[in-house]
Amino acid sequence: MSNQKPKLALYWASSCGGCEIAVLGLHEKILNVAEAFDIVFWPCVMDFKYADVEAMEDGEIDVCLFNGAIRNDENAHMAHLLRQKSKVLVAFGACSYGGSMPGLANFADREAMFQWIYFDSPSTVNPDGVVPQKRSDVPEGELRLPGFWNTVKTLAQVVPVDYFLPGCPPEASSIEIAINAIVSGELPPPGSVIGPDVTVCDECSRKKSEKKIQRFYRPQEIFPDPDICLLEQGLFCAGIATRSGCGAKCPSVGFGCRGCYGPNEGVLDHGAKILTGIASVLDAMTAEEAEAILDTLPDPAGYLYRFHLPDSLLRRKARGNGQRQPVGETSQREPA
Amino acid sequence: MSEPRVGVYVCHCGHNIAGTVDVEHVAEWALNLPNVVVSRENKFMCASTGQEQVEQDIKEFDLTHVVVASCSPHMHEKTFRNACARAGLNPYMFEMANIREHASWVHANDKDGATNKAKALVSAAVSRVIFHEPLEPMQVSIRPETLVVGGGIAGIQAALEIADAGYHVYLVEREPSIGGHMAMFDKTFPTLDCSACILTPKMFDVGAHPNITLLTYSEVERVDGYVGNFTVRVRKKAGMVDQDLCTGCGSCWESCPIRIVDNVFEAGLGHRKAIYRPFPQAVPKYPVIDVPNCTYYKSGKCRMCEKVCPTNAIRFDMQDEVVELEVGNIILTTGFKLFDARRVPNYGYGRLENVFTSLEFERLTNAAGPTEGKIVLRDGETPPQSVAIIHCVGSRDRNYNTHCSAICCMSSLKFAHLVMEKTGAQVYNFYIDMRPLHKGYEEFYHRIMDEGAQFIRGKVSEITDAARSPEEDGKLVVVCEDTLIGQQRRVPVDMVILAAGLEPRADAQAVGYMFGVGCGDTGFFTERHPKLDPVATVTEGVFIAGACQGAKDIPDSVAQGAAAAARVLGTISKREVALEPIRATIDEERCSGCRICNNMCPYHAIDFIEEKGVSRVNPALCKGCGTCVAACPSQVITGAHFTFDQLMAEIDGILVDVLSDQPIVEAV
Ligand SMILES: Cc1cc2nc3c(=O)[nH]c(=O)nc-3n(C[C@H](O)[C@H](O)[C@H](O)COP(=O)(O)OP(=O)(O)OC[C@H]3O[C@@H](n4cnc5c(N)ncnc54)[C@H](O)[C@@H]3O)c2cc1C
Ligand code: SF4
Ligand code: SF4
Ligand code: SF4
Repeated sequence: MSNQKPKLALYWASSCGGCEIAVLGLHEKILNVAEAFDIVFWPCVMDFKYADVEAMEDGEIDVCLFNGAIRNDENAHMAHLLRQKSKVLVAFGACSYGGSMPGLANFADREAMFQWIYFDSPSTVNPDGVVPQKRSDVPEGELRLPGFWNTVKTLAQVVPVDYFLPGCPPEASSIEIAINAIVSGELPPPGSVIGPDVTVCDECSRKKSEKKIQRFYRPQEIFPDPDICLLEQGLFCAGIATRSGCGAKCPSVGFGCRGCYGPNEGVLDHGAKILTGIASVLDAMTAEEAEAILDTLPDPAGYLYRFHLPDSLLRRKARGNGQRQPVGETSQREPA
Repeated sequence: MSEPRVGVYVCHCGHNIAGTVDVEHVAEWALNLPNVVVSRENKFMCASTGQEQVEQDIKEFDLTHVVVASCSPHMHEKTFRNACARAGLNPYMFEMANIREHASWVHANDKDGATNKAKALVSAAVSRVIFHEPLEPMQVSIRPETLVVGGGIAGIQAALEIADAGYHVYLVEREPSIGGHMAMFDKTFPTLDCSACILTPKMFDVGAHPNITLLTYSEVERVDGYVGNFTVRVRKKAGMVDQDLCTGCGSCWESCPIRIVDNVFEAGLGHRKAIYRPFPQAVPKYPVIDVPNCTYYKSGKCRMCEKVCPTNAIRFDMQDEVVELEVGNIILTTGFKLFDARRVPNYGYGRLENVFTSLEFERLTNAAGPTEGKIVLRDGETPPQSVAIIHCVGSRDRNYNTHCSAICCMSSLKFAHLVMEKTGAQVYNFYIDMRPLHKGYEEFYHRIMDEGAQFIRGKVSEITDAARSPEEDGKLVVVCEDTLIGQQRRVPVDMVILAAGLEPRADAQAVGYMFGVGCGDTGFFTERHPKLDPVATVTEGVFIAGACQGAKDIPDSVAQGAAAAARVLGTISKREVALEPIRATIDEERCSGCRICNNMCPYHAIDFIEEKGVSRVNPALCKGCGTCVAACPSQVITGAHFTFDQLMAEIDGILVDVLSDQPIVEAV
């Protein structure tokens, strides 16, 4: 194997495709990748079949970059399969690392989602009340669909993961650092997040002062001062609690950090950390005043947990009746 | 690091714990917890045998960590830390599980439940303790100078004790003279000493003491620094009199044409001039000009005082002076304020002429007061034939203050004596309970009863001048239910004295904030421990004494003043103090400089280092409260002894299945 190029696999589970574009966004450097690796599986750009992977030896793939969250049986199946076949499994991008956008579905449950998507949404026409079934019999035989989970999970909640590469999508510079580390073999200890252990504020060139937030504004409501910390101007910015590595791109163009690089090293719950940060600097003396200021922040749960709800401490919303939600690979209900 | 070796000790606390918790079982069970090499139970861990057991085991079993499951760490954490230290183990390698307050006492009816909870608490402590790190106390040097704020009897006592011991004191007093409330009194209970006779020599000593710098007519504006090294900014208000030239002869105030009601020293009963000295024995003896009331500052004319001053000491253009003091310790002795009796409208103070407050009466009966000590009605000449003294006005009353003002029973008895002695009038005391509880006080109560004062037990509902019978005509009628005979009574009198309660100073909150001292429910300054540490506060190097800590009489104020002085002298003679090493530190390499933490610290311990763009904790100011640790969104502030790993391990440990010994959830 010494004179052979290491084998690389790339896969997308529940994701938007942005991570794939990000790899292509390496531009000419993609050639370095192609030169350094033998790409053995990449369904987005080349025609591979699952059977090709199944036919591989265990551990035959040297590195697998896996993007996307785990939202259905198929995602989980591929996660297990690629884990088995790969020496190094990288959770690539915010969805596989923290659950990200698909993970926001954990604020609802499968039942509610199906109800909305297949019945209630204004654009739905479904007179026969058809909902997806795992198995349906048709004249031609049996049709199967992957089971849709009640709870979205991260890759690491399903299989052991060696490295995490944050970002929605990861910046080209971050991917380069990761690839170079893999090629050179100078890898951090397994389980590490590849990236700096400081937050976005460190990279952000805006002037920071002692903060006192009187109210929050939405981005369209004000023209922020170009040089002053956005949070101090009342614009939500998760940069205080988000791992850097992105170059503070969003704050530098006047848009608050949304938190896509996830929590800083050692932090258990990204949303909780953003919240303690901003709650600490509200210009309030009483609980009522604090509440009034927080009321000016729309959809706080969405702001705080945009990228890390499934791997937060609570993981998902409970049922209205306070009962625990079924989590994990329970298959979807059969219609009554 | 070699494998941790933990010793666990489960205390019976006599029956306190063992009566509910199965102590033997907990000790036996704990032996199965990871890293535990010895686990024992003991009747009284805090007794010398218990402590010696720990010391012996540390040596014999090579223990690296110790857990004692017993009472609250408030009680005995120090005890066991010291035991560890004696055996050569760093005292912070110890952890305490509270299975008394948290298990046996609160679950007395559920023995199994209490035992299981005790097991979970022990498991949490064992799990946590192996993450403990050895810590060393921080030594800071102590400047020998002391600041005393407030020149009442408590402050005077504290200042003299320290100055007599040979160390320098700055005594800051807001008014033009020291003396506080005691200077207003004629006699003091229970001995009826003349107040001035016992106070004046002390005031004089303060004024003349080479080790005391007296800053009267002054206030503290700002406090920086920490124990041993405070920097204090004091504003000396311009008194417009050059103290180097003034001899205190009094020509100026004799000639000053402006007469003003003196609401401070004379309690509104007497007058003073626009240039004044509050009372003849004032220390210092120099007058000050009350600028807002002086004609010259209003109209540009007069300057009478300047004309008559034989030494040309008047300086109309004098400015406030700001001085910076460097001190090692601070004692707050800012005293109390009298409850405003107008707040009880049914007692008629301010509306009914001959209703007086206690402080007014003190001035009335004082030989140096406005009536030269004659007890007379508001008309200034008629002596009363009958006097009612109402106890507990504004105290022990849910509508005003729930606390007992501690001195009013006794001052009311004193008033009864003075009225009977000076006027022969009939005196009625209206009380709820008599609480003469210090040395000689009960005897004083009996003496006043023997002298013929009447005592009526009941809360006065109203004082009125609406007569219902001829004998009530022109009198004040005190209406009350006499609870001893179960009857409504109306007692007509000529004069009423309201024994108004003692309240915190109006600015106690603000003053407390400046010095890092909290105010409790009643608004008085909060001591570090109500029983065991009554003159210390949560801020190291800041002490409290006298009536600012709670209502109290002169003997107690003096005792506290002396106690605070002793505490200060203790630190001065040691030259340095050891501070608890439980403090926050910021990992500067990883601080993003977001500045979220900057104004979080209640002790102003965090600075932003502009050049490096990072924040930094001043360890001497930090109290280890953990506020910033929680706030830092980068999670780069570590609270020593409360690290992330320690807290998570404690949580993991408490989630143990107490029926076996497996964790309930996997470690995160
Ligand atoms: C009517 C009455 C009669 C009493 N009779 C007796 C009695 O006979 N026997 C007895 O034992 N007790 C008696 N007491 C209680 C006694 O007055 C108190 O115990 C005593 O005065 C408490 O002393 P202190 O120094 O703590 O406070 P205070 O006497 O109130 O002195 C506090 C001093 O601090 C100064 N000060 C306040 N704030 C500041 C500030 N921010 N900066 C600078 N200086 C400040 C004030 O101007 C004052 O000089 C009586 C109380 C009352 C109300
Ligand atoms: S704008 Fe955002 S990233 Fe920049 S300093 Fe402020 S909080 Fe930090
Ligand atoms: S732990 Fe508390 S006292 Fe120490 S620096 Fe932080 S906020 Fe201040
Ligand atoms: S909150 Fe944390 S990251 Fe921000 S300035 Fe303070 S220590 Fe640094």
